[in-house]
Amino acid sequence: MNKDDLTERFASILRRADRRARERRNEAIPTIYIVMSTCGLASGAAETKQAFEEALSDKDIGARIVPVGCLGHCYAEPLVVIDHPATGFPPICYHQVTVARARRLVRSYLEKGDPVFEYVLGALEENDLIPAVTDFARFNLEQRLVMEHCGRIDPDDIYQYIAAGGYSGLVKALCLEPEELIDEIETSGLRGRGGAGFPAGRKWRLASTAKADGKIIICNGDEGDPGAYMDRTILESNPHQLLEGLAICAYAVGADQAIVYVRAEYPLAVKTIKGAIKSAEGVALLGSTILGTTFSLNVSVFQGSGAFVCGEETALIQSIEGKRGMPQHRPPYPVEKGLWGRPTVVNNVKTLSSVPPIIKNGTEWFRGSGTETSPGTAIFSVVGNVKHPGLVEIAMGTSLRTLIFDVCGGIPNKKSFKAVQIGGPSGGCLPESFLDTPIDFDSLTQAGAMMGSGGMVVMDEDSCMVDVARYFIDFTQKESCGKCTFCRIGTRHLLNILDRITNGEGSEQDLELLGTLSEDIKLGSLCGLGETAPNPVLTSLRYFLDEYEAHIKENRCPAHKCRALTAFYIDLEKCARGCEVCVGCCPVEAIFTTRGRKKAIDQKLCVKCGECAVVCPPEYDAVLKVSPPELAPTLERTPDGK
Amino acid sequence: MLPTELRASLAEQIASVDHPRELLVDVMFAVQDHYGYLSDQAVEEVADLLGMTPLEVEELATFYTFVYRHRVGKYVIHVCDSVICWMDGHESLVEHLERKLEIKMGETTPDGLFTLLPVCCIGYCDRAPAILINKKVYGPLTPEKIDEILAKLQGEA
Ligand SMILES: Cc1cc2nc3c(=O)[nH]c(=O)nc-3n(C[C@H](O)[C@H](O)[C@H](O)COP(=O)(O)O)c2cc1C
Repeated sequence: MNKDDLTERFASILRRADRRARERRNEAIPTIYIVMSTCGLASGAAETKQAFEEALSDKDIGARIVPVGCLGHCYAEPLVVIDHPATGFPPICYHQVTVARARRLVRSYLEKGDPVFEYVLGALEENDLIPAVTDFARFNLEQRLVMEHCGRIDPDDIYQYIAAGGYSGLVKALCLEPEELIDEIETSGLRGRGGAGFPAGRKWRLASTAKADGKIIICNGDEGDPGAYMDRTILESNPHQLLEGLAICAYAVGADQAIVYVRAEYPLAVKTIKGAIKSAEGVALLGSTILGTTFSLNVSVFQGSGAFVCGEETALIQSIEGKRGMPQHRPPYPVEKGLWGRPTVVNNVKTLSSVPPIIKNGTEWFRGSGTETSPGTAIFSVVGNVKHPGLVEIAMGTSLRTLIFDVCGGIPNKKSFKAVQIGGPSGGCLPESFLDTPIDFDSLTQAGAMMGSGGMVVMDEDSCMVDVARYFIDFTQKESCGKCTFCRIGTRHLLNILDRITNGEGSEQDLELLGTLSEDIKLGSLCGLGETAPNPVLTSLRYFLDEYEAHIKENRCPAHKCRALTAFYIDLEKCARGCEVCVGCCPVEAIFTTRGRKKAIDQKLCVKCGECAVVCPPEYDAVLKVSPPELAPTLERTPDGK
Repeated sequence: MLPTELRASLAEQIASVDHPRELLVDVMFAVQDHYGYLSDQAVEEVADLLGMTPLEVEELATFYTFVYRHRVGKYVIHVCDSVICWMDGHESLVEHLERKLEIKMGETTPDGLFTLLPVCCIGYCDRAPAILINKKVYGPLTPEKIDEILAKLQGEA
């Protein structure tokens, strides 16, 4: 491979990218960056963009609008960054930019230079005028190795990625021997981010030494874990970093074909990655004879269509082959015999996206973050009962407490922390006593949870742990492909037992049965789905046994969550005479007027939907919830009571 | 019957790959887009195009959430039943939709406008509870917002 030729070709692409970037900056007109990934769009970013466009043309102000990917701050969407150099302010990040706010920003900031402080989240750079976002824990405790460019560049413009240093990792890689490259990844200690944490370098070596032609790389972007959306965000916000990693992997392993497997539920991600492949092929960074070398890589996209088990690598391969996504027996492992019987590397989106910065900055740099056995960073979508939900990238080894309380702002509404569920349906629920557990592959597994593919669900005191376990079993029960009896029928039985308990019909024997059946399911299943399905039950039994016992022995749900074990009633002391709000909202007409012209709930009719508690004006706050249901005082409905 | 153009373009795609079967999902979607759902006849047509048996197509058609083997409404409402949606009131949401549309999960309204189906996590946990209507995400939802969305769609229909 001619190195000089290769670097010269890339240098010319880079010059073009730099020129474009310079031109943009030199125009000295304001730039409005709008987060247009799915999370932004779902909170109205398209309307915001339109409002900016209209207001700019009304006022005849010249400004450039650049759609960018996700910054990870989902709580603040629609998020907008305005760079208005003429004012002397640094680029400013604005939160919750609704249509009205967009108009006001054009009027005040773009036209008159007043940055409208009340909408400011923070400045993107340190300065003397406006507090910088880096002053907040949500920003400065993060370490962005993989998501460095997410939300900062236009994902549809390959030159923006290149100007930010993109694809230089691929160039560096192509100047190395494949063997050296694999050594490099092995030394970096990079472990698979798809859940199991298998060393990426070892996987690549196995595939590279397999004796067969037509090796294939598959990027696993199936991401079916409930509560996880990191892979979608990366696909939508910086698809080129993934493609660069994919190309480096293919070169190292000796593959000429790659497939990006994305879920059909992620239409924007599918569109973005397809566009990115086209534009990379357009400048010879993918496709045949990459940068004039002998290395070619044909990349295509495969859309899965809504089956969690397809995330399992052998099922995923089946699904690409046009068969039902059912896991297969391993060995042979995909690295020996994968898609169409050829050696296949399956790596997660985050794993492959970690590769370019490692190659570019070296293994020492990568090992500078994280722990000895889990180097680098972890990307989590932290959701549920936290103040600042969103996507977070932190160094491995950071404690759960730091992540939940410092980075994500802790529990909202003055509630207290109860548990954190990590690793999706395969993971476990950890109680408060585990908050100081460091986040890395080994510590989480030891604690009974697992890294999973990065969904973290935080739960406050109002979550019933039995019901949470029931939820996850309901999920795996539905998603089990049905191949193994224990997974198919065992999870069904677990669900029946948990249904009984949450309905107040459980017995003490049920607790024992849950334990033994769980162990049997783990032993009797072929793939990770069944092997880990009982984890939510086992961990909640271990850490929250008291809640199970309260359901069974006292007919009581401590979190007041399980419908059969709770009742609503109206506190007559607090209820306001003449107020009718709750009556109107009750779907089953269970609320009637008492003799004292206050309201009461007919327990026989109530379906416990809780809508009355929502609509009762806060100054009265008269609807109360109790468990066990017998605690609710009953009032007889008078014949004329409506 | 499929229009000849669609048939020809699918046949061309199929001829261009080494393993026709790998296009099964794509072909099913294309045919479903044409008919609105994958009828028995459509299954046979897909099988014919790919040189597979209808049973093999059926195997896959019944595996995936987004392939509809029954007639569905103009708007297919997929209600996310992921953990966050569930924590944030998925149950009441389903009840509200069922009451409002007067159908149960899995059913279609008599006017052929709406179908209610579940979907496993769609990854919009920061917008919970969320639903997907014809691939567009809506959330976070309240009963009022649902009423608004339904009214809007009814108006457009
Ligand atoms: C039920 C099940 C679901 C899985 N889902 C995913 C997924 O959505 N994404 C993913 O990357 N890996 C998933 N995996 C793990 C894959 O089998 C595989 O280990 C992974 O893609 C390898 O990539 P990595 O080494 O980069 O982590 C799943 C495994 C199981 C058992």
